[in-house]
Amino acid sequence: MTVNGNKPKFAMYWAASCGGCEIAVLNIHEKILDVDANFDVVFWPVAMDAKYKDVEAMEDGSILLTLFNGGIRNDENEHIAKLLRRKSKILVAFGSCANEGCIPGLANLSDSREIVSTAFNTISTDNPKQIYPMISYDVPEGEIHIPKILPVLKTLDQVVDVDYYMPGCPPESHQIAAVIDLVVQVLQGKAELPPKGTVIGAGNSTVCDECKRARNIKMVKSFKRIWGVEVDPELCLLEQGIPCNGIATRSGCNARCPTAGAQCIGCYGPAEGVIDYGARLISAFASVIDSNDPEEIDRILDGIVDPTGQFYRFNLAGSLLKAGKPAWEKA
Amino acid sequence: MEKIGVYVCHCGTNIAGTVDVQEVAEWAAARLKHRGVVVGREYKFMCSSLGQELIEKDIKELGLTRVVVAACSPHLHENTFRTACKRAGLNPYLCELVSIREQVSWVHTDKDMATAKAMAVVSGGVERVLHHEALEPLKVSIHPDTLVVGGGIAGIQAALEIADAGYKVYLVEREPSIGGHMAQFDKTFPTLDCAACILTPKMVQAGTHPNIELLTWSEVEKVDGYVGNFSVTIRKKSRYVKTDLCTGCGICWEKCPKKVVDDVFEAGMGTRKAIYTPFAQAVPRYPVIDRANCTYYIKGTCKACEKFCPTSAIDFNQEDEIITVNVGNIVLATGYETFDAHRMAQYGYGRLPNVLTSIEFERMCNASGPTNGEILLRDGKSKPKAVGIVHCVGSRDKNYNEYCSVICCMQGLKFAHLVHERTGAEVYNFYIDMRTPFKGYEEFYQRVLEEGTHFIRGKVAEINDAPRTPEEQGKLIAQVEDTLVGVQMRIPLDMVILSVALEPRHDAKETAKRFGLSCSADGWFIEKHPKLDPVATMTEGILIAGCVQGPKDIPASVAQGAAAAARALGKIHAKEIALEPVRASVIEEKCSGCRICNGLCPFNAISFHEERMVTEINAALCQGCGTCVAACPAGAITGTGFSNEQIFAQIEGLLLLNVGEEPVPA
Amino acid sequence: MNNNETFDPVIIGFTCNWCSYRAADLAGTSRTKYPHNIRLIRLMCSGRLDPTFVFKALANGADGVMITGCHPGECHYLEQNYKALRRFHLLRRTLKGLGVEPERVKLVWASAAEGKKFATEVGSFVEEIRALGPLNWYRSNGRSPDDSGPTSHEPAPDLKEVPA
Repeated sequence: MTVNGNKPKFAMYWAASCGGCEIAVLNIHEKILDVDANFDVVFWPVAMDAKYKDVEAMEDGSILLTLFNGGIRNDENEHIAKLLRRKSKILVAFGSCANEGCIPGLANLSDSREIVSTAFNTISTDNPKQIYPMISYDVPEGEIHIPKILPVLKTLDQVVDVDYYMPGCPPESHQIAAVIDLVVQVLQGKAELPPKGTVIGAGNSTVCDECKRARNIKMVKSFKRIWGVEVDPELCLLEQGIPCNGIATRSGCNARCPTAGAQCIGCYGPAEGVIDYGARLISAFASVIDSNDPEEIDRILDGIVDPTGQFYRFNLAGSLLKAGKPAWEKA
Repeated sequence: MEKIGVYVCHCGTNIAGTVDVQEVAEWAAARLKHRGVVVGREYKFMCSSLGQELIEKDIKELGLTRVVVAACSPHLHENTFRTACKRAGLNPYLCELVSIREQVSWVHTDKDMATAKAMAVVSGGVERVLHHEALEPLKVSIHPDTLVVGGGIAGIQAALEIADAGYKVYLVEREPSIGGHMAQFDKTFPTLDCAACILTPKMVQAGTHPNIELLTWSEVEKVDGYVGNFSVTIRKKSRYVKTDLCTGCGICWEKCPKKVVDDVFEAGMGTRKAIYTPFAQAVPRYPVIDRANCTYYIKGTCKACEKFCPTSAIDFNQEDEIITVNVGNIVLATGYETFDAHRMAQYGYGRLPNVLTSIEFERMCNASGPTNGEILLRDGKSKPKAVGIVHCVGSRDKNYNEYCSVICCMQGLKFAHLVHERTGAEVYNFYIDMRTPFKGYEEFYQRVLEEGTHFIRGKVAEINDAPRTPEEQGKLIAQVEDTLVGVQMRIPLDMVILSVALEPRHDAKETAKRFGLSCSADGWFIEKHPKLDPVATMTEGILIAGCVQGPKDIPASVAQGAAAAARALGKIHAKEIALEPVRASVIEEKCSGCRICNGLCPFNAISFHEERMVTEINAALCQGCGTCVAACPAGAITGTGFSNEQIFAQIEGLLLLNVGEEPVPA
Repeated sequence: MNNNETFDPVIIGFTCNWCSYRAADLAGTSRTKYPHNIRLIRLMCSGRLDPTFVFKALANGADGVMITGCHPGECHYLEQNYKALRRFHLLRRTLKGLGVEPERVKLVWASAAEGKKFATEVGSFVEEIRALGPLNWYRSNGRSPDDSGPTSHEPAPDLKEVPA
């Protein structure tokens, strides 16, 4: 699968994200040399100098593989997403932000003007002159622009067509290594690419599949925050009243958090075929509440202090409702 | 691409009077064409044979692969249209009936609005039907054997009916003998038949019937499987008597030196031995050793029974035996317990010796009971001169049981008659309401009235032994308001009989769980329908009969026993049954074994496979409610007939007109 | 903010096969009138109610969702309506966190005999939703990212007052 006898081209981009995905890629250690050996890295703002105009100059479809991380928060993100879509044969939504919005997506609970105000006008911000950024500004050299914030953060596939999805915040390094192995094998004609739309670098069931904790029929009498309890190291966290999202979260991380004694917070996103991650958790948690009395149910639910955050920490932008009411209502 | 036919019914003017049916049909054909609608028709009466033929003809000629009928409620005609599709060679489950009569034309008045809503409803049906699957009813074979649990009159009746029809029955009873509560009674109302005279022949018949295997002194431990194919684990408790050698001659209990107060059969009024049968006419006749009270087990010596047994049938080392039986149907007739009168301290039960419960009084009246049927005070000599019978003790009382125990009024009348007949004493019946609703009951009431029994309408406030007047000296005093006269009364009595409530067995909840049933709030087992299906339960193949379903008298218990038997026989004769294919199933690759769903099924259809760490659903036990489908956090459980895809599609279809966008093509 | 006079809400109603759907049938057979705004979906049991259905309905343009089932203790499947009850409580809390009025989702118990109650509940729910105003969530789905959003990063006027 080489292009014009040369090494195939590879790109990686970050939109609204934290940079953890890039670190995770570098964290595959010597496997990164395989990337270099098999690919011509043409665009990777974190790792090398590159200009958008260079990408624009490339032939459409000339990049074999683009790993796109980050959500679509502003018009620059969106522009580059569309650009890379045009230029790439395979576009991978890489990491939770691109897949489902992740932490930046939580901003979808607020009106975008409020977000800007919060950034430039809070007690922790030293802005005595009340200066706000302008989208365009005339200077002697001409008009200059900064990216315009969009009303809501979008996932990559809400903006462009996506070939594969690789979840995780960030994707586990061993899963990245496995995916790179697969692509290299495909290049060598030893393997075939999975069908378009497949979630790669993850399992097909949920975190419980990889979790070693013992589990029983669940009856939850109270929900507690993990710092408030002495955790039984052997027993399912949810059975101990700790709202562990592992039941609904796609497997692939080797149950890292529950194994370490912390509840799963859901970074690998929903399981295969699920269209709303939070709804699955609402339904599952509520189903095992051990009470039929409305008042007691409410008392038990008081233990889940921030249900929206609990259920949509990673998945808000990718959920059915996509955003909180203020975000779209004022948009 | 699917080919969908949409049929809009006028239902005369029932629908067409409020909905522009022609517009709906045309709209569906034009606007939903891209969704696969190839034909949209309206017709006066879709459910008529001509209407059905219209659909059948289109299926055959236009090659329809899906059918949507917009007419009345699916509860009325779903089956009609499914059957029509089936006749034309289309799987019946590829037909969707949406209601535009009960949900549109009959409840709305504005024709434009009603027509628009009808379109939305049709659109919902079209989107939904695209996701329908061809389904086949689940066929399950029926094992011809039946398990009857509980050897009271209801259980005996059920067992005999089935056995007489030529099928094998396992009759399980917890006590050493069958007979149940009825065996304790002396006379039965209103005919005053001697209970033993009418019951013991039936017991003997059950004990000797070639098709009945009696498993007394046994309890059901576990129930696996589903209708037609239950596998039931039964613990046969050790009797310490080899039943194949024992002849029931009775020498052992004659020779046994240890007397024990019999709390069960004699209700504490009499004694038995440590090796015993509960009563003389017990079936089977083999005794059991009461290990807790047997001198040999306590002190290590005695063995009198063993020494005198002519057939060497005593086996002190016998162990419990666990057996498994396979049956197709189960009849639960586990009966009732009586209310503990200690709980109502105001009546002095346990403190005042001559305050008795109804069961104690039954034993006292019984010719084979502790007093040989003589009605005596606790001193064992004197006859009472005044007897009070308190109705509704623990029944119709918000503090205990709100329900009426059904039998107490007639039982109280029976007691009144017996006391009157045998002692000539003055009898006072304290009642709240007199309830004598069945055949011969009111006549019996009249008879007892004529015998001179006093009836005082009022709930007894207190029974005490604190006299205020010389006449009250040495008497029990009933403090009661006669609410018909509005007068407080103190009535001196020698004996008080408390007509105690019937209550569910103390372990009814565990029993219900074991058999996959549910109890109502007061603890009686819930029938499938309180009027139209009183002996069936929501768990197919499990029937209930007698007081386990709620308090009732002997004729009603017998009727239910027979009804349950008829239900079981019907299934046995059919050899197999078809179950509605609306069922849940687990996609094993997606199941992570989190066990969220494991506690959610009241029908025990969900089990956990420990080795493979996945959950399994037994399709035959599943009743199709879909609760587990909704609960599965991994989306690993699917439900036929009401799948996520079907519901999502219906939502999209219903909202089509609002969104103004086409749903994404399937 | 609502032009509630002209606002004609759309409500999706979920019914269970045994009680509340039959209540709706009874409302029909007894010709009890109620507003046209509700469109019903039949489930076998309120226990089948997946919160996803509610989100889906709201996301696709419904202004409110009415969940109905057998009365507590009367569930055809013994106790599954209690699962619906528990989910309903948690669902409302989550909606609140999303800034959506929890009152847009209502739980109603209706037995097969309560056709009149069903009709009354629909009527009052329609009025409650009318008072809340339209939700119009679907607009956020189909919208292109170019066609809306702030034209400058000036703060919203009401936030100007926040002390620095």
